[in-house]
Amino acid sequence: MSVEVQHVNKTFGSYKAIQDVSLKVHSGELVALLGPSGSGKTTLLRMIAGLEVPDQPVNQDEGRILFFDQDVATRSVAERQVGFVFQHYALFKHMSVFENIAFGLRVRPRNLRLSNPQIDQRVKELLQLIQLEGFGNRFPLQLSGGQRQRVALARALAIEPKVLLLDEPFGALDAKVRQKLREWLRRLHEQVHTTTILVTHDQEEALEVADRVVVMNHAKIEQIGTPEEVFHNPASEFVIDFLGSVNVFSGRHFEPSPEAKTDGAKVYVRPHELQISKESLGSASISAQIQRIQRAGTSAKVFVHTNNEQNVRVDVPIHEFQFMDLEVHQQVFITPLQSHVFSPEYTI
Amino acid sequence: MSRDSRLSQASRDPKWIQWILIGITVGFVTLFLILPLGVIFWEAFRKGLKTFAIALSDRNARSAIGLTLLATAICVPLNMVFGLAAAWATTKYSFPGKSLLISIIDLPFAISPVIAGLMLILLYGIHGWFGAALQSMGLQVIFAVPGVVLATIFVTVPFVARELIPVMQEQGSEQEWAAISLGASAWQTFTKVTLPNIFLPLLYGVLLCTARAMGEFGAVSVVSSNIRGLTNTIPLQIDALYNDYNAPAAFALASILATLSIITLLAKSWLESKIEHRSKESEEIQ
Repeated sequence: MSVEVQHVNKTFGSYKAIQDVSLKVHSGELVALLGPSGSGKTTLLRMIAGLEVPDQPVNQDEGRILFFDQDVATRSVAERQVGFVFQHYALFKHMSVFENIAFGLRVRPRNLRLSNPQIDQRVKELLQLIQLEGFGNRFPLQLSGGQRQRVALARALAIEPKVLLLDEPFGALDAKVRQKLREWLRRLHEQVHTTTILVTHDQEEALEVADRVVVMNHAKIEQIGTPEEVFHNPASEFVIDFLGSVNVFSGRHFEPSPEAKTDGAKVYVRPHELQISKESLGSASISAQIQRIQRAGTSAKVFVHTNNEQNVRVDVPIHEFQFMDLEVHQQVFITPLQSHVFSPEYTI
Repeated sequence: MSRDSRLSQASRDPKWIQWILIGITVGFVTLFLILPLGVIFWEAFRKGLKTFAIALSDRNARSAIGLTLLATAICVPLNMVFGLAAAWATTKYSFPGKSLLISIIDLPFAISPVIAGLMLILLYGIHGWFGAALQSMGLQVIFAVPGVVLATIFVTVPFVARELIPVMQEQGSEQEWAAISLGASAWQTFTKVTLPNIFLPLLYGVLLCTARAMGEFGAVSVVSSNIRGLTNTIPLQIDALYNDYNAPAAFALASILATLSIITLLAKSWLESKIEHRSKESEEIQ
């Protein structure tokens, strides 16, 4: 089931939440909408679900949301057959885990409803899928956050949705649980292959889980691409800045390569794209002094202060760092191995 | 955990302070609550069950009980429907003047019941705004049963809404959205999701409303003009009997009203313990 959004706008009063956004999610794909809060990602998701209505378009063929090439504008949330998972789970507190998952099956009109044994069977399968067999009789308040979110996911999957929409599903969980659930979600997706759209503000989550990442900022899409593309070939300053830490140099002080014209432009270099050495490696090297070294992690983070008064972070893989014999206050050279140049936007 | 540490902090107060505070509380409750209530039952049964039976066999007393139950039976369901509608409207929708509306719902708490009664007379009395029109339709409100019911409704307006609004505000609408996205109709969402979530506070509001509806004196007194056997509720009938120096009958009727109130009170504290148990459970898990 493919989902397509065509030139959609959404305003709340005078606030533009979504501005001329177009997007196509292919059948069976897992796409992450990534952006800071207020970027419009949740609004876009809610419009796809039918929980928000897009602004009335000026042209007929604009402002449309298509499910499998069919306009769903007039279809209600229920008719769209989407599974929606909320950040704070929204489980029914007064129902057992079993009844929560069975809810979508039990509220069907009588002629479409499965028989009770069939519903039992289906719920049992789903409990197995979310690895919570034996938890059917518990109540949501007796579960941990991670377990609750898995129940919410099973509840959404019970109605065999055509599209699965996840709104910051792991946002309320702690780091360790997030990591685990993320991997689990990816494995689950390989199993069920439901077209899935996930909203997150966590770039690691987006890069790790999604087939494609949609980076959003200020109500617009900045870039759409595979995790590799958005990370290694960022389309804008915003994207490179949002997807991990980055050092910013002004072109005047810094010339990554003689051919690149960097006059007035900003040069972005990620911490791992810088090499640190005791001797200069040529004209691209900048002299700097080590301020602080943070060794915990898979790479050592070396914070240096350059001669032209800039603070820069260099990541050195920990096994290399061990042989480098670096100390605080030492004079070193940093050399970019790779860089991203963005010319300033001219305004008239 | 924080609750325990606060408790142990408090129990570190010197023993004599603890005993004085407990003593003041128990003494106050005994002197001003238990003793007067006990006296009512004592006086009612002092001359045996016979007086009690005679007092109750009185036509006017039975009429008063009937009217009180009638007014309560009309007022409580109305209040429940209004409370649900008001809580739903003010927590699930946003519209201009919402917070003003919530404050206005509280008005009957702030206004003296006597004034409420007078307002009704100004509106529906024979010289009031709608009085003449209603009179020509053959409908008498003031000094009649409808007035008693209206006065009871006025003083109980906030009860259910007041209980529901904070609970529903805290819960938000996510569970309803979830139900709708799973294919539930509006009615299924209301009965299977919303109602179970607010059931206890709703019942609590209804009980408080019932207690107040049965016991209201001031507002009802103004609009009823104390016609025995016709517009007297239990509280008014008790007052009338007492003014007739018929103390045993007054106390007998009073004990009935008190019993009704005590039942309501017991039901309320049972509910409270249930609600507390529930929220405690959720705290422990989180």
